[in-house]
Amino acid sequence: MIAAGQPAPEFTLRNQDGEKVSLSDFRGKKVLLVFYPLDFSPVCSDQLSIYQEVKPEIEAKGVQMVGISVDSGFAHKAFQEKLGIDTPLLADFEPKGEVARAYGAYIEKVGHANRSLVLVDAEGTIEWVHESPTPLEIPGANLIFDALS
Amino acid sequence: MPPAGPDDHRKGEGPELIVYADLGCPHCASAWVEISKREATVVFRHFPVASKHPRSPALHAAAEAAGLQGRFFAMVDALYADRGHVDDPHLWQRVERLGLDLERFEADRRSASIAARVRRDFESGIRAGVTGTPAIFD
Repeated sequence: MIAAGQPAPEFTLRNQDGEKVSLSDFRGKKVLLVFYPLDFSPVCSDQLSIYQEVKPEIEAKGVQMVGISVDSGFAHKAFQEKLGIDTPLLADFEPKGEVARAYGAYIEKVGHANRSLVLVDAEGTIEWVHESPTPLEIPGANLIFDALS
Repeated sequence: MPPAGPDDHRKGEGPELIVYADLGCPHCASAWVEISKREATVVFRHFPVASKHPRSPALHAAAEAAGLQGRFFAMVDALYADRGHVDDPHLWQRVERLGLDLERFEADRRSASIAARVRRDFESGIRAGVTGTPAIFD
């Protein structure tokens, strides 16, 4: 897993609406990358639902939050609608898991990302990383607020 | 997580259980049956996850409004007992069955103070690391 202090690997992925989103688009403000395994899986659903509830508070601290999984943009769109969330979701779809691999967040034997949080500062350097011990464990939103305080 | 205090909703006697629950959550409804059987002081804290259960904020506000008329847990029990009927007319039926002042209930449940009260519990749960409901601390 990538570590704090390292430069955040640049990427360009398509979001749920098919629009290209690059890490450099966020230069000048902090961005929280939420790597998660799969759309519609129970734990991921719970995680993103919880984060949606505190998204205004996270954004009030000058942080944009984006989710990243290997699902396609179409799946992301449906997932957003199902959950009632508006967190942008980026499709690390093809090459599969390329961005997750660049961050050390890809689990090869299962073919999806782990469950981790990567806070990138306004200059593009990794400020904080949290990797869940297992994909079954949701990082509480309290960890995010602790990292931002 | 803040310890239980005088502002918390509590019932029963015995060892303290702090329960963060979502009134729209089916798992919470099932757990509530078991929790209610425990010989414990149950402290209920609001944890509505609106994105999963869009009706939850309204239900939590309804419970708080009932609480202002002394029937908080009665409303919680009534909401969990019949999750399929939680629209406004169904809330009004519960209000009537519980003998509450409907006009006051309606005004209270839409108040900013009740919304803040629910949000305060929710944020305490977030700080405590709650990531799903029910979350029970003993």
